[in-house]
Amino acid sequence: MPTNPIIEAEGLVKLFGETRALDGLSLSIEPGIVYGLLGPNGAGKTTFIKVATTLLKPDSGWAKIDGLDVHQHAGAVRHKIGLAGQFAAVDGYQTGRENVVMVGRLYNLTAKEAKRRADEILERIGLFDVGDKQVKTYSGGMKRRLDLAASLIGRPTILFLDEPTTGLDPRSRLDLWSLIEEFVQDGSTVLLTTQHLEEADRLAKIVGVLDQGKMIAEGTPDELKNRFGASIVEVRVDPEDQSSAVAALERIDGGSAHIDTSVGSIKVFAADGSRTLVDVVRILDAQDISVEDIALHRPSLDEVFLGLTGRSAEQAEQERVRAPSRRSRTST
Amino acid sequence: MTTSTNRQISDRVSVAAGWTHAGIIMRRNMLRTVRLPQLLVFATIQPIMFLLLFNYVFGGALTSSLPPAANGSYINWLIPGLLIQVATFGSSQTAIGLTEDLKGGVIDRFRSLPIARSAVLAGRTFADLARNAVVMSIMLVVGYLIGFRPTTTFAAVVLGLIIALLWAYALSWVMASIGLLVKDPEATQSAVFMPMFILVFASSVFVPVETLPSWLQGFAANQPVTVMANALRGLMLGEGALPAGTSIQSAVLLAFVWLVAVTAVAVPVAVRFYRRSAG
Repeated sequence: MPTNPIIEAEGLVKLFGETRALDGLSLSIEPGIVYGLLGPNGAGKTTFIKVATTLLKPDSGWAKIDGLDVHQHAGAVRHKIGLAGQFAAVDGYQTGRENVVMVGRLYNLTAKEAKRRADEILERIGLFDVGDKQVKTYSGGMKRRLDLAASLIGRPTILFLDEPTTGLDPRSRLDLWSLIEEFVQDGSTVLLTTQHLEEADRLAKIVGVLDQGKMIAEGTPDELKNRFGASIVEVRVDPEDQSSAVAALERIDGGSAHIDTSVGSIKVFAADGSRTLVDVVRILDAQDISVEDIALHRPSLDEVFLGLTGRSAEQAEQERVRAPSRRSRTST
Repeated sequence: MTTSTNRQISDRVSVAAGWTHAGIIMRRNMLRTVRLPQLLVFATIQPIMFLLLFNYVFGGALTSSLPPAANGSYINWLIPGLLIQVATFGSSQTAIGLTEDLKGGVIDRFRSLPIARSAVLAGRTFADLARNAVVMSIMLVVGYLIGFRPTTTFAAVVLGLIIALLWAYALSWVMASIGLLVKDPEATQSAVFMPMFILVFASSVFVPVETLPSWLQGFAANQPVTVMANALRGLMLGEGALPAGTSIQSAVLLAFVWLVAVTAVAVPVAVRFYRRSAG
């Protein structure tokens, strides 16, 4: 695509003690889209956001926002970005309006202008009526929306959202999703991290999958699904038959089979789920292996991971925990 | 409207804008003290309880060991010391406030904004300074009501109050460094409790150093809390309240040497820790 990338990174490395939180991450994001960074805890999602938003200096490599190096031109970059981190960084003892106005004032808006914009944003995110209540009375979803409002008041062209819907109920999640969609309609760019495939699928035009600080797959949600299968046939057989069942299923048309040790079942990644379901039953029947349980479902992040790396996201997380790491929280 | 010029893309934040940002953050931190009743209570009621407790419970027994400059009244000895005690204990609030902001992601938000890095620390320490000024003024008023009578000039009392505030401010930066290093509110509190306790009680805050056991006197007479308390006593009660051979001028000068030294070390250390605190 001929447009200049709005977010660009090349060979980013960030070490926390022995842990390589980012291990040569490169990416390039076109303006005006939602880009989803998908990965388990510890994959490097938050570390990347911290580097891109000038909070952390990478050990090597570079990142640019709208053509400006985030380290050399941190001040200018901060004028272009908005950040909503993993926690709703709002003050409980201030009112919703005061929280947003304060951030606006820190963007050098006059008191009057900050108040005008705060009202406008509060209206848009549906918090106008409770704007004069102290934030400690807000629900988790309202706090998240307020946090988003605070990150919007500087009119950023690029918005970084770190797991914006973690811990929200389904209804608040839907609300936040439509706010994010509205934001990109104005031509702005959103980079969000998530552990939920469904979220990336719904919002993101391009999805990047991170594992151990590296990009292991990137593409549109459809492209990725075609790579690891749009659906999964999950079969449970007698543990004694498991290896022969995998051997038989390995040859299946248009799919690939993995044993998911965490749940002890065989997962067949399939482009056409219902046809594969029938094939699985037929093949196992021909081998005289009895099926204890069989189900067809859409892949979860865990299973995307299994399909891409041969190990589940949970395993990836555990490996990270076991890896020598600095005592302090590195929250990658 | 000036917003368009201010929004110019630039890597640097002007000094004037930096002060404005520090003021905005200071206001935010002060709102917290005002709106969370338990913080306000901690900040004001507790020192007053200390004042009443020491004066009415221990005061009678302690009067005999006081120098004549106290005019036979323990409250005269106590108030200058308690102002320093308030400054010392109160400074842990700087560390607690900062670590709570670190944990809650507020510091990350501030650091992602186009503001001077120093504005966050300045806003925090100024807010704590303002709180200390209010608490110390209340203590002076309550002290006056129950019999505190400085024997020097008004200007000398004000200079004493300024020294107490500068001590609070210097310690705020020390506590900011510790908070940024430890990064956890509870851990910070337990890390600073012991040293602060020793500094305040093994000092001239409550009793003259000569009444302490001899092995403790060397430390107690020379540590900074005693230096500050002595300077305040000299300024509020006159030279007779100071250890033999010390003049008011030398007590005040020594206090300023400590203030400058502590501030000169703690400020750059805190700023340095703040810069790498995001990890």
